[in-house]
Amino acid sequence: MPTKPETPAPTGPVTSTDAVVEAHDLEVHFALQGSALARLLGRRGRTVKAIDGVNVALRRGEVLGLVGESGSGKTTLGRAILGLVPATAGSITYHGRDRGDVVVSELGSRDLRALRTSMQMVFQDPGAALNPGMTIEEAIGHPLVIHRKLKGAELRTRVCDALERVGLSPVERYLGKYPADLSGGQKQRAVIARAIILEPEVLIADEPVSMLDMSVRAKILQLMLDLKDQLDLSYVYITHDLASAKYICDRIAIMYLGRIVEIGPSDEIFANPRHPYTKALLKAIPEPDPDRMLPRDLPRGEIPDAAVPPLGCSFHPRCPVAVQECGWESRDLRTLLEEHWTRNPGATYDAERDMVGDLGKLDKPELSAHLGVTDSQGTLALLNRIRAENPDEPFWRGVAGIEDDGNGVRLEFHQPHDPALRPAGGVEVACVLYPDERENEKT
Amino acid sequence: MRHWFNTIWNTRGLARWILVAGLVIVVAFVVLALLAPWVAPYEFNQSKVDGEKLPKLAHPSGDYWLGTNDQFYDIWSRVIWGARTALEVIFLSVAFSIVLGVPLGLVSGFVGGWVDRALVFVMDSLYALPSLLLAIVFSFLLRGPLGGGIVAAALSLTCIYIPQYFRVVRNTTVSTKEAVYVEAARAIGAPPRTIMRKYLFGNVVQSVPVIGTLNAADALSTLAALGFLGFGIQPTEASEWGYDLSRALDDAQAGTWWPALFPGLAIILLITGLTLVGEGLNETLNPALRRRRLIPVQMPAMRADDAIDARNV
Ligand SMILES: Nc1ncnc2c1ncn2[C@@H]1O[C@H](COP(=O)(O)OP(=O)(O)OP(=O)(O)O)[C@@H](O)[C@H]1O
Ligand code: SF4
Ligand SMILES: [Mg+2]
Repeated sequence: MPTKPETPAPTGPVTSTDAVVEAHDLEVHFALQGSALARLLGRRGRTVKAIDGVNVALRRGEVLGLVGESGSGKTTLGRAILGLVPATAGSITYHGRDRGDVVVSELGSRDLRALRTSMQMVFQDPGAALNPGMTIEEAIGHPLVIHRKLKGAELRTRVCDALERVGLSPVERYLGKYPADLSGGQKQRAVIARAIILEPEVLIADEPVSMLDMSVRAKILQLMLDLKDQLDLSYVYITHDLASAKYICDRIAIMYLGRIVEIGPSDEIFANPRHPYTKALLKAIPEPDPDRMLPRDLPRGEIPDAAVPPLGCSFHPRCPVAVQECGWESRDLRTLLEEHWTRNPGATYDAERDMVGDLGKLDKPELSAHLGVTDSQGTLALLNRIRAENPDEPFWRGVAGIEDDGNGVRLEFHQPHDPALRPAGGVEVACVLYPDERENEKT
Repeated sequence: MRHWFNTIWNTRGLARWILVAGLVIVVAFVVLALLAPWVAPYEFNQSKVDGEKLPKLAHPSGDYWLGTNDQFYDIWSRVIWGARTALEVIFLSVAFSIVLGVPLGLVSGFVGGWVDRALVFVMDSLYALPSLLLAIVFSFLLRGPLGGGIVAAALSLTCIYIPQYFRVVRNTTVSTKEAVYVEAARAIGAPPRTIMRKYLFGNVVQSVPVIGTLNAADALSTLAALGFLGFGIQPTEASEWGYDLSRALDDAQAGTWWPALFPGLAIILLITGLTLVGEGLNETLNPALRRRRLIPVQMPAMRADDAIDARNV
């Protein structure tokens, strides 16, 4: 039983006049293929909701950061903006300087290819982003050849120009090299050169420095900032490293399970994080290795399955301050029991296993869960024991009632509430703790 | 190319000897075949000199090095012309199967969907059939339109080998098309044809030369088998070892051994040579098996003043 999401803000603080690209109610769902047998029986496979209702605009000339843990949908959002993955719902609009408004999500493949002259991408792994069988000159000039812009001597001049811009000079040293001959930083410079050679307006940079040595990271970021000023670019900067986001971004969008949970000016996000997830991420910054950023403050470490996201606020199973309407449900009860057994020695598990009955029933998200087989009193006592172990566990806030139904106990949860992004101070945040200012106006 | 060459050159040990031995044999046959008009004393179907018949079933001697057979042919000439036939058929059939199998596999793997499924089904069916049977069927079918010559024989062998190239190229394409540089090619706006030509082709054909050399040996034995069974190249079209061998069997039982021995030896020798080349290449170019010459890295002893000198230079 999925929770109905709130309708998002009709107009955010960004008006479309100063936006280069906008995503509106964007959804990108990937159909996972089930087993051959399941397909034969006509059962549909599961769907991963990689992007699940995103509204965001990239303003002209800004660097917008997309920050989130692995699997939060950052790359997918970037690829969707470029039209490299189709949107399953919603739209993406590009407001071109000399191309006019283009709805990317409705373009055919030919028009999409033409759009590449305006929007480009820089990839995470520079070692994999260049064809091993192409020289640097071929690789960087290829966009111009594909779009039939230049050839011959002019092409070469432009390639040399691009190489110089990205700091690969003297160019003669690099033109004939193969990617395998270059260092990681040099390869990433070449990838950037290939991305800017068509003079695009938008650059999607997907973790452009995360695979590089510490020593060259700052240089590549500085290069990107310089190019932005020289070439009037707008960037979407994807990262899970908040420190680099702070360095380069004007605004930051924090992503969690395919949604944006907080978005606002970088300074404000860093000075005054509002969403509990953002707070947890910020606490994690001073890790020695920024690649392994793990939010430290989160009670439970697992990122939920994007195919069947939690009810209500999808962050609630990990949220230390969750309240009753955050979406508590049957699967949280299973987690609670399992954690209880992990904390306590094996004998407890053997003794208590029979009191709860089949845990598999709890895997389907429901607002009402049944536990136990015959001994209702025992089950009830077990729940009380677990509660006594940690009375502050947010889970209990979501329980509306526990009732003995003769052959076990039934837990009822509060009605979930799926918070949409709402203005809170200078930012927008998707959390029920921040009362929706717009709703207050209505009442 | 440069890379392959270096890899082959740097091979050591058994793989190298296999490769060298194979190459020596194969090159010897190639030279014989190329120089056939000058080396062979007679035409492949010449049984008369100046209107006078050659002797029938003459012993190997100074005049007829390997003797003559029951058709009044000089066996040495037949063996040399047979080498030409064999190498032509091998070359054509391998070339045809590469030219057809590689693009089919590339497109099938890249496009996916029902095109892929249909092609995989057809190719798997071809692959599942016994190859000799397949070759016999196709040589029957092709005999009508193309006659019983070298091209028809090569094409009927082609049908056997296409599935191998198709499979290898298709499977590598399926995995290579997930590579980031292919996504990057799409991101710069490359249409599918360009992606296949410039980004996939060079990276998926790497194992094709090895399959080619391994198939060459197999193609020769199938060709000989076809000839032996009477389904191969028509005796009027060219000299063919398998056919000569089958004709010579009756004489061999009667104690006339030379008409059977020499074509048979030629078949065995060339198959061995081609197999050695194929295995040698496989061993060197296949990364899983490759054992390359290890050159120990020697670091020059570096002293502080050396470093300063180096900087001043
Ligand atoms: N082509 C695809 N097919 C199926 N699922 C996909 C595909 N691409 C992404 N996903 C799924 O979508 C979700 C979001 O993936 P995405 O790569 O966008 O995350 P991310 O935030 O970029 O993570 P990371 O930091 O690891 O790069 C993941 O659960 C992922 O498994
Ligand atoms: S809505 Fe806010 S308080 Fe509730 S779970 Fe989500 S983040 Fe935590
Ligand atoms: Mg990613």
